[in-house]
Amino acid sequence: MRIALFATCLADAMFPRAAQATVVLLERLGHEVVFPSGQTCCGQMHVNTGYQREALPVVEHHVDVFEAALRPRAEGGDGVEAVVAPSGSCVGSVRHQHALVARRMAEQGRADAGLADRAEAVAARTYELSELLVDVLGVTDVGARYPHRVTYHPTCHSLRMLRVDDKPLRLLRAVHGLDLVELPDAEQCCGFGGTFSVKNADTSTAMLADKIRAVQTTRSEVVTAGDSSCLMHIGGGLSRLRVGTKTVHLAEILAGEGWEAAL
Amino acid sequence: MTTFLGMPGLPVATERGTLRGADTFPVAARKALADTQLRKNLGHATSTIRAKRARVVGELDDWEELRAAGAAIKADVMARLPELLVQLEENVTARGGHVHWARDADEANRIVLDLVRAAGTPDDPVTSVVKVKSMATQEIGLNEALAEAGIAAVETDLAELIVQLSDDTPSHILVPAIHRNRAEIRQIFLDHMPDVDPGLTDEPRVLAMAARAYLRRTFLAARVAVSGANFAIAETGTLAVVESEGNGRMCLTLPQTLVTVMGIEKLLPTWRDLEVFLQLLPRSSTGERMNPYTSMWTGAPKTSGGTSGGTADGAPDGPQEFHLVLLDNGRTATLADEAGRQALHCIRCSACLNVCPVYERTGGHAYGSVYPGPIGAVLTPQLAGMHGHGADAPAGGDPVDTLPYASSLCGACFDACPVRIDIPSMLVHLRAKHVETAQAQRRVPGLPASAENAAMSAAAWVMRDAGRFSLAEKGLQLGRVLARDGRIRSLPPPLSAWTTSRDAPAPPPETFRQWWARTRGDRS
Repeated sequence: MRIALFATCLADAMFPRAAQATVVLLERLGHEVVFPSGQTCCGQMHVNTGYQREALPVVEHHVDVFEAALRPRAEGGDGVEAVVAPSGSCVGSVRHQHALVARRMAEQGRADAGLADRAEAVAARTYELSELLVDVLGVTDVGARYPHRVTYHPTCHSLRMLRVDDKPLRLLRAVHGLDLVELPDAEQCCGFGGTFSVKNADTSTAMLADKIRAVQTTRSEVVTAGDSSCLMHIGGGLSRLRVGTKTVHLAEILAGEGWEAAL
Repeated sequence: MTTFLGMPGLPVATERGTLRGADTFPVAARKALADTQLRKNLGHATSTIRAKRARVVGELDDWEELRAAGAAIKADVMARLPELLVQLEENVTARGGHVHWARDADEANRIVLDLVRAAGTPDDPVTSVVKVKSMATQEIGLNEALAEAGIAAVETDLAELIVQLSDDTPSHILVPAIHRNRAEIRQIFLDHMPDVDPGLTDEPRVLAMAARAYLRRTFLAARVAVSGANFAIAETGTLAVVESEGNGRMCLTLPQTLVTVMGIEKLLPTWRDLEVFLQLLPRSSTGERMNPYTSMWTGAPKTSGGTSGGTADGAPDGPQEFHLVLLDNGRTATLADEAGRQALHCIRCSACLNVCPVYERTGGHAYGSVYPGPIGAVLTPQLAGMHGHGADAPAGGDPVDTLPYASSLCGACFDACPVRIDIPSMLVHLRAKHVETAQAQRRVPGLPASAENAAMSAAAWVMRDAGRFSLAEKGLQLGRVLARDGRIRSLPPPLSAWTTSRDAPAPPPETFRQWWARTRGDRS
């Protein structure tokens, strides 16, 4: 399948390994990955902080870029069949916020009336990595080996906006050599919440402290998740407390140990 | 009978401070987080209720259908609110009750005060009333208004009594004393309850018996009761209160006069609609299949010609006078906002509080409103109105404006809500309203409303163009000089709020798009 990668601004700028591992994994499974170079960001930070008017051009830009990627090559597009992002939160933003912002801004006379429908068409073919693998490509055993003790944090938006359910766990259980340890109170938020982590830093930190305690009880070498943002938060806390547990994006585990050799 | 419902009310300016706290949420939360006993009490209580709720909800195969039905009935009520309210008034009046309309808290308090005074005589005035636990009367600050007029309002719900005796404020919609443990409650009783046994222990049964003995004396002496209502049935004029203790029923049956204060959104069109809500509410609130006491009353027996029951001298049972006070207090303003009106669907079950990771850590007082937690964060700003300042000033600004930001948008509240109120989307909507209000109010046209606004505008300018974005990434890579061992331990404000408790990652030597261009640059 020809698949467009939406790297997400955070992975592109700060956590390229998550996006690189997604490319390596999909290519190993025999798929063709394209990276529409005009892409930037889904605009979630703006929307979730209340800046919908400022988010509008970012949303429009995202829709333009990926609409073109999804257009058949005969019509000048990239001819991809799906868009994938290594982030439940950014896909949640594309799927649940883009049309909402477009409609609200159209009501204020700021957005084109057709934008919401175009955003929905792009969103309908945009998938979080575990969704793409399990639902679209129909694989759970991606042939990876990762001989480590791992615990999985289901991120809020993948769980409650996208309903990925146990897809990431099914993928992880099929990884050879991986010792999967259940995370206590796994479905509790880590406290990141975008600008919430700064605006309400004390509450965010109190939530993080409980998450880190839960991670520690698993005695895992690695805590994994499908979102670089939540992992940045959990990792920032682990690092500050000098806890040895590493944060590794789900894509890097599914790419298999030693995937960097393919870079 | 038709009633002029008036122009839609504006959000209320509360002077009693029942909706608008003194501190912004971040400031109040910091104080609450420092109280380790509070966090222990809350963590224990919310996790217990969460588990109970999950168990009883899991028993029902049709829970999702019930939620959808609850949401649909409430949406219908909001669409037909004026006609349903008039229908309710007609039916209550036809069955011997009296209906009063209150635009705001002051008007409601004045009506109740007049009714309480009218229940007494110049020689024998009413000096106290008993109260059924009620959010509407908390919202209007009724107890304080009555106290100013020399009338004592005695809370009879056990938890409300604990709060009242200790001159505290409720911190939870359903479990107002959730922030207290039993040792603290024992001390409150010893210090403040008249005629309490000095040998009182902190055994729950012993504490409940002490409250029972105290309350029985109060019930028997009371001439006026004030209640709220969980539901009102438009087609019959019936009011309903669901509770666990039976103290509410004492209030609803013993005194001569009953005054019920109810928000206008509590309506249900038909008797059959109760079937849905009496399944949704107890499971969501206390985690019970059914609550112990469901009291319903229609009108007042004196004029409704009731023939069953009655006292030895032939007078009918129950209150001889029934008054219903219908409260707006910002509700019609909320109804006018298409994206915000879902907040009026709330049945005050508190399921969203119990699953909220923010509420669990800060408790209810941090919200500064009688409606705390996720539902409070969407209801309070709409009832009380936002002023447009406080978004990027954690220490300053309007406390109400900071409430929509008191959430990590984790979505647990939406999943738990028995009437499917999409609280996360409403929070995002209210954040936008806040920012747009601030932008409309900016002092110098053309300049950003705040430093945050300037940063957001700049970021948006960068993020709508890949060329600008990759340049910004290169700028970010300069941040590598701040890193030691791949981590950054300290950043300047406002990012210092992050690095106070968390390390920041060092930017990578190569961004993804640089890597892609280097290795696969020949492809699109």
